[in-house]
This record gives sequence, structure tokens and C-alpha cells, in this order.
Amino acid sequence: MAVVETRDLTKVFKEGQLGAVNNVNLETREGEFLVFLGPSGSGKTTLLRMIAGLETPTAGEILIGGRVVNNLTPRERRIAMVFQSYALYPHLTVYKNIAFPLKAQSVPKKLHKEKVEWAASLLGIGALLQRKPRELSGGERQRVALARAIVREPSVFLLDEPLSNLDAKLRLSAREELERFHRRVGTTTIYVTHDQVEAMAMGDRIMVLNHGVVRQIGTPKEVYDDPADTFVATFLGSPPMNLIENQDVIVGFRPEHFRLAQEVKDGSKVTFKFRVDNVEYLGAEFILSGCLAGGKADGKKVIARLLLGQSFEVGTIYDFAVPEHHLKFFGRTSEKRVGPRPLTWQ
Amino acid sequence: MAVAGAKIKSIGAAQSPLLGFAMFGPAILYILLVIGAPFVLAVFYAFSDARIGSTSLHYVGLENFRSILQSPSFRKALWNSVVFTISAQIIVMVCANILSIALEKKFRGRGLVRFLILLPWVAPVSLGTIGWKWILDSIYSVITWVLIWAHVFKPYSAPMWLGEPKLAMASVILVHCWRLIPFSTVILLAGRTAIPKEIPEAAAIDGAGFWRTLFQINLPMMLPILSVAVLFGTIFTFTDMTVVYILTAGGPYDSTQTLPSLAFATGIQGSDLAAGAAISLFLVPVLVAIAYLMLRVAHRTEVN
Repeated sequence: MAVVETRDLTKVFKEGQLGAVNNVNLETREGEFLVFLGPSGSGKTTLLRMIAGLETPTAGEILIGGRVVNNLTPRERRIAMVFQSYALYPHLTVYKNIAFPLKAQSVPKKLHKEKVEWAASLLGIGALLQRKPRELSGGERQRVALARAIVREPSVFLLDEPLSNLDAKLRLSAREELERFHRRVGTTTIYVTHDQVEAMAMGDRIMVLNHGVVRQIGTPKEVYDDPADTFVATFLGSPPMNLIENQDVIVGFRPEHFRLAQEVKDGSKVTFKFRVDNVEYLGAEFILSGCLAGGKADGKKVIARLLLGQSFEVGTIYDFAVPEHHLKFFGRTSEKRVGPRPLTWQ
Repeated sequence: MAVAGAKIKSIGAAQSPLLGFAMFGPAILYILLVIGAPFVLAVFYAFSDARIGSTSLHYVGLENFRSILQSPSFRKALWNSVVFTISAQIIVMVCANILSIALEKKFRGRGLVRFLILLPWVAPVSLGTIGWKWILDSIYSVITWVLIWAHVFKPYSAPMWLGEPKLAMASVILVHCWRLIPFSTVILLAGRTAIPKEIPEAAAIDGAGFWRTLFQINLPMMLPILSVAVLFGTIFTFTDMTVVYILTAGGPYDSTQTLPSLAFATGIQGSDLAAGAAISLFLVPVLVAIAYLMLRVAHRTEVN
């Protein structure tokens, strides 16, 4: 097991253009499950590929287990990677797929069978060893890819959106399986995804990236409850955080904290008139979208998320409120988090 | 497709057998006239005593086959055909593989290099071979000239590229390779680019070096397309007579004679149509075998 560290890691694909990854500094913890989260084009996969050794950094250093590995080939870095497409070798059986890293790293042949069977049983694919990848389902392929990664006991696991090729139902079970798997092997894991739910559910910590820049690193709770800037605030959470400009700050509050005024009892609160324009019924909850009415924020579009219990009429104005401690403040130009301040809304 | 198909059905439903025949007609006619008729004629001649300039024709049974099987020229030609084809294919596959690896990577002027490599294939065989005839000529050869200039050979003891049996064979093989490499390179390049790039990357991460990735991952994955290249190349070399005819005309002393060139020399130049036809029939079993293999490969790739 090892710690992965990057120092001012930068990747510029075309000279003169904006870098795909810019000055990324990060340090994983021993045995941690770290998630790179960002929209497509945020540089998260490029960052992962640089750690894997598939992409050469333009500047900066990569350390694995305290050793600079910039000039080492992927095989010398002792990492394992699971690709988005799984990249199974289509002409080889599952057994030979899993045994390939052992062969390539000159593990004595007599140990192959034992190790392959160990990896296969860990992932419950012992019965599939003689099949070809094309005869497997998506979930089974993913497990084969994981088995191929685990078989030589790597120091670091890199996973590049391994769930994105699975259908929604399978994705949920595969996610749980991955979590269990990580708990069992305890290898430092870096996981790339654009799916915030995956990131929140699986990550020990989440690193949020946009345009190749790290916006925030923290536990799922930290990035959700205390977003460092408006990007993180709106990227995490569905529906995203409501943002309203007021004087020199941007005020944000989560849709689930925007509730009927009479239900907000604890402490001080900010009240708004909320005209409901659309009601989405999602089974366990309502998503109300509409506009604020009156006051400084008149006409601002906001979204509320409420549990069932009351019905709402489209076009009607209701009294809504946000508890004051749930308001987040961001600088109007910097868009970075600033301390709370008293504001007038009328 | 579906819409077009439905339309044709509605127009041609009543006279569909006629329409079908009309569609197939040209292809059938083409095959019958250009391939079928000459083939039947060749079989017919092979069992006769047909001569150029003679109007009489008699059935002679297997006499032609008996006599050509005893002829040393024929055995030499059969052997040469096999040797030329196999050695040219081996050289072509190795070179085309190297080239396709080199051309896959992006570099400045890649388009130009690809174009230049394709040229030997685009140029007519006869023109290219005439060029090689000059390059390998006994007096005007640029190769000899360069080698003498570099003091590798003395002017009076320079090799006669087309005049010595071994060198002449090597020259014929070389020209075949020169002609086939572009074709195979393009096919292999297509096969190589069809491999998703994550797969060699995964192999690199799994710890495989260049050779292991090449022989255990890339080449096996390219096997279907590789066999297409080999089978096509085999047909081109095995049935070709232009290169041999222009370069050496089968000489010196039949040392570079192949089945097609011997058939031409015997049947047309030597006026013995019957023997020429019989010789050329020996190409059939080999070509049938190749056609069968090709269809099998095509079927396998279709199924997968």
C-alpha cells in the first residue's frame, strides 16, 4: 500500500492553451478511497492517467510511496487501473485475462493458478474462468477487470468511471460491491467519476475539479455542507444550491433548507415570498421550482425540495423561509466562500 | 434501408422474379463471360491437343498432364511459385507490421509518408516492374553503381542481379514484396487502429513490454484482418506473371519460372495451348483452398 502525492502537477496538451490539469497538489491517505469529481473536461481523467503513467506531465511531480515516479513506466509504478471500458483482452479467456499481469511481471508460473483463483473468488467469478469477455454481462466484465487489477496486489488502485457503462440498477449493486471490496482489500484507491451521487456515497474524501483546477478537497460532508466556492456548491447536490446575489455577496441555500415559513421554527430565519411555477412529484418528495416575489430578490428563480405532506398550487405565492445558519455566503466576484454577514432582503 | 426496401417491394411485388433476375443478370453475365467461359475452355483444352495455328482438335485424355508432370521445367515452376509466395508473404508481413506500427503514431508529414508508401500499390505493376528491371539491369543498375562507388565490388566482378539463378530469385521476391507491402500495410494499419487504445494501455499497466503487447495482445486481436492480408497477398503473388515475365522472363535457365509464366511461355509463346492450359489448371486447387479459407475468416468475423 502506498500514498499518492502530486506536486504542482500540470498538463498542457497544446502550447499556449489552457492546461487540462493545472498545479494540482494532492496527497492521499493510506488506504483511502479518494474520488476525483468533476464535469466532463475537468481534467480528472487526465490527472488519473498521469498518475498511472499513461500521460506525461508538462510540469510537476508525482510521488507514489514517497518516490518520484515521473520517469517510471506504468509497469514500474506498481499500480493497477480499471478502465471505463474495462479494456479486457477480447481474445483471451477470463482466466488468461486475470493471469496476464502475473505473466507480464514474471510471477513464477506455478503461483498463477492459485492467485487467479484467489482473485476470482474474491469477486465471485470463479465459475466464469473459461469464458471469453464477449460472453459476459456488463457487471461480470467489471468484476473481471477488478480481478485483473487486484491479482498482483498493487500498491494503488486507479478506477476510471468503472460504473458508467452499467445500467442504473446494476450500477447501484456494483457500487456497493466496490465499497465492500475496498473495505476488504484496503488498498489506496483513486476513483474518477462525474456522478456526484457515486462520489458522495463511496468517497472517504472527494476532490472536486473544474477546468483542471482543484476547487475543494474534503469529506463528502465537508464539500456538501461547506462548499468552498459557487462551483462546488452548484455541482454537488441535486437539484443544485440556490444562489442569489445580494449587495456584494452571493447567498446560497440548499433546496431542502428552503421550506414553508411555518415549518422553520428553530432560531432566526430569512423569509421569502415564493411563487410556485412548477411542481414535480418524485414519489418521496416534491421538487418545486418558481420565483421569489417582492423584495430585493424579486423574480429570482429558486428550487425547493420538500417531503410530501402538503399540496401546492402552481401560480400561488407561499411564505417560505431558510434558517439563517443554512445560508452560505460567497464573494460576488471571487465566487469563493466568505464569512456570514447581516443582509437586508426587503 | 427499411423504407427503400418496402418501396421496392410495393413496386416489384408482382414481377419480383423478373426484377431479381434483372438485378442479378449483369453479375452472372460478367462471371460467365470473363471467368466461366475461359475456365471451361482451359479445362477443355487441357484434355485436347490444341495448338496455335492448327484447326484440328482431338481428345487426348490425361496425356498433357502426364507429360508436364514429367517435365523438369514444370516441377521447377511449381516449386518456385510456392517459394516465391511463401517467402514474399513472410517478408511482407514483417515489414508491413513494422510500417503499420510506425505509421500509427502521429508525426509531422505522416500523411505524405503514408501517400508515398501507398504509391507502389497504386502504380501499374508493369510500369513498376520495368523500373525495377532498369534498377537491376546488368549494365545500368544504380544499385551496382552505388556498390562499386562504395568499393563493395570491383567493376568487373559486380553481381548480375537478374543473371544468376539465386540473385534472380531474390530479385523477383524483392519486387513482389515492394509491390505488396503497401497493400498489407494499409490493411494492418486499419486493423491496428481498430484496437481500442485502452487495451494496449491496460497491457502497459499490467506490466507488458513492447514485444509482449505486440505478440500476445495486438497481433492476436488483429488475426482476422491479418489473415485477410495474407490470403490476398498469396493470391496476388501466386497468380502473378507480370513481375517474372518482365524482370527475367523465367530465366536464367527456368530458375525463376512460375506456374503462370510457364503456362504463358508454353501455351502462347510455345504454341502448345493444351499444355499451357493444363499447367494453369494446377493453380486451381491452391486458389480454391485460399478462397475457402477467406470465406471462413469472413464468416468468423461476421459472427463475432
